[in-house]
Amino acid sequence: MTPLQGCLLVSALLFAIGFAGAVTRRHAILALVGIELMLNAANLNFIAFWRYGAHPEALTGVMFVIFSIAIAAAEAAVGLALIIAIYRHKKTSNLDEVKELKG
Amino acid sequence: MIWIVKNLWLIPVLPLFAAGIIAVNKQPARKLAATLAIGSMALGFLLSLCAFAATLGHHGDGVFREVFSFPWIQFGGQWMDIGWVLDPLTAIMLMMVTFVGMLIFIFSVGYMAHDENFMRFFCFLALFAAGMLGVVIANNLFLFFVSWEIVGLTSYLLIGFWYHKPSAAAAAKKAFITTRIGDLGLLLGMVWLYAETGTLNFYDGGKGCLESGALATMLTHATIGGMAVSTMIGLLIFLGAVGKSGQVPLHVWLPDAMEGPTPVSALIHAATMVAAGVFLVARVYPLMSVGGIIGAHGVPVTTSLTVITWVGAITAIFAASIAVAQNDIKRILAYSTVSQLGYMMMGLGVGGVAVGMFHLITHAFFKALLFLGSGSVIHGCHEEQDVRKMGGLKKYMPVTFAVYAVGMLALAGFPLFFSGFWSKDEILHSAHNWPVSHIPFLLGCTGALFTAFYMTRQVALVFFGSYRGHEEKSAHGHSAHAHSHSSESSHDPHESPAVMTVPLIILAGFAILLGFVGTPAWPWFDGYLTGEEFKFDFSKLTEPGTLGLMLASAAIVFTGLGLGWFLYGKRQRKTVAEKDVLEAAQPFIYKLLENKYFIDEIYEATVIRFNAFAAWLCDFADQWIFGGAVLLVKYITVGLAWLYRLTDEYFVNLGFDTGCEALREGGGGLSKLHTGRVQTYLRVIGVALVALIIFLIWGRKA
Repeated sequence: MTPLQGCLLVSALLFAIGFAGAVTRRHAILALVGIELMLNAANLNFIAFWRYGAHPEALTGVMFVIFSIAIAAAEAAVGLALIIAIYRHKKTSNLDEVKELKG
Repeated sequence: MIWIVKNLWLIPVLPLFAAGIIAVNKQPARKLAATLAIGSMALGFLLSLCAFAATLGHHGDGVFREVFSFPWIQFGGQWMDIGWVLDPLTAIMLMMVTFVGMLIFIFSVGYMAHDENFMRFFCFLALFAAGMLGVVIANNLFLFFVSWEIVGLTSYLLIGFWYHKPSAAAAAKKAFITTRIGDLGLLLGMVWLYAETGTLNFYDGGKGCLESGALATMLTHATIGGMAVSTMIGLLIFLGAVGKSGQVPLHVWLPDAMEGPTPVSALIHAATMVAAGVFLVARVYPLMSVGGIIGAHGVPVTTSLTVITWVGAITAIFAASIAVAQNDIKRILAYSTVSQLGYMMMGLGVGGVAVGMFHLITHAFFKALLFLGSGSVIHGCHEEQDVRKMGGLKKYMPVTFAVYAVGMLALAGFPLFFSGFWSKDEILHSAHNWPVSHIPFLLGCTGALFTAFYMTRQVALVFFGSYRGHEEKSAHGHSAHAHSHSSESSHDPHESPAVMTVPLIILAGFAILLGFVGTPAWPWFDGYLTGEEFKFDFSKLTEPGTLGLMLASAAIVFTGLGLGWFLYGKRQRKTVAEKDVLEAAQPFIYKLLENKYFIDEIYEATVIRFNAFAAWLCDFADQWIFGGAVLLVKYITVGLAWLYRLTDEYFVNLGFDTGCEALREGGGGLSKLHTGRVQTYLRVIGVALVALIIFLIWGRKA
């Protein structure tokens, strides 16, 4: 097994755990944690493909990941703010009870 | 062209503006209304004086006549002109209308002082004056007709001024409808004239319809029964004059018109509007007289003029006899007016324009005087109009009595000193010389006898004897007798204020003086109107024909006056209910006269019944024939609509509704997928991603 395959396996595992968390958790913050895990799985892939790719000296993967992390931080702030707003409004953070968009 | 000819339109437009301003003003501006109306008439009178001055000094070189016309409306390729004419006829009428109108306006200020619709009254009066002055200046039958109808309208409005009285409303309607019959004739004559000559201008530098060219054409065209077209048109136009001037058989509206306020009676139904008919005949006199055989005294004889003479003569005697047996002070004067209008018509027929117009002018003054005098009497007697309830007013109203006596003597034709004598004498003189028949002359003489008689009767009943107005009040109950005695002084008749008596005095002056402009010795009026040379010649007075006739007419007048005084003055009636002297002597004739020869009843039984039948017929046709047709169309439409509804509901809508229902249900089902839970969506996305990957992997292998 090459190092690249190992990395991809870890990242796939990480993505699956994150997805399972985002889909199954009732609590909004735990679902957000799952989403962050999925995002970091993607970041790991970026690093792996850069490190073991054709031009490791070009620093492209690192640049992508730093941007991605910065955006993830902003996204997490927005997500948390939304969750707090919903909590204030509905006195709950249970995602099953937040279903105003039901058709 | 003289400036006054160009600006002649100002005379009718001034009162028109006054009427407009009064109409748009707020209600309680009495002073303004009266000032505007009287001021516009005074200005009009000044302008009329200028116009009159312009027409003077043309004796011997034909009639002064200036016209001003301009195109107004275009019909196809032809232009309809309107315009005005200044000639002696216009000038003399302008002066009369503005002057008498002004005095009557001033009188109205006093008479209508307590009326709450003072403003409306003056608005109508001014509008009337505008219409009448328009009639007078018109050089065009079209403008003439328009103004004539304004006059008719305001007459209707003023007769019905107190419209809350049913009798006044009915009288207004009657006047309007009766004159409309005559106006139809005038309109037909107007249209025919236009068809025949292509112009409605009276005078137009040789092209007008009253000038020789057009008259010659009309004379040569013959119509039904070999009559010249000019005769037919003349008679149709005369029909208009018959309606407006209250000639038999369309006279019925004039006595009823006395329901209006007394100044209205004086202005419209004595001095001006009813004279408009006479003026119309005088205006179209060239048309009436064209092709006539010139008689011994230079007066043409034609079919139209003969008809006019006969209608006038019959009216004169007919109305005078009715006036003998009337008891309403204004009704007596109304019938007297009808009778005098008959004289004017007769004068036009037998003697030409000057004879008829002279009587029109003098009559306007003394009849306005009499009407206003009766207004003063009515005002003084607390709105009492029955002469039987008056009496002895000489003592209470000395000024009114004096001027009324002047008017009465002028109307009766008291010799030498009163205008009525000279003008009536001229008519009788011409009638005497009329070559066709002597009967109009005899009718006129009898009418003069009646005139003197009924005027004496009226004056004797109103002003002599003792006041009988208290009788009714004290007869009401003896218990109130003492009280009524103490309050009697306030019930006594009283003299009218100066605003009413001063116009009367001025009119009385003219009633005397005007006669001297048309005596046989100095026929200024005749010369003025015809443009012929004349000179002062005292010997003409003593010519055997003239002198004899004057003596005869004086004898007639004295007989009438004496008879009246003998029957009514010497032996006064004591009570209101007492029978009239004539009634006691000749109950049948008196009854006939009192009921105006039952003319109203005859009309009721014939014309009105026929009219009612026609109306019923129209109603029947409307309800059953035209109404039935309409109903049929309605049912057909309703049937078709029902059919359409069925098609729509069961064919068109059914398919559409089904489609819509299916669509709605489908949408409802799909909307269930939207649970509102974000995690479910995420799950679906995950499953779909896995499915997509599996599909891609297997797809590549295959």
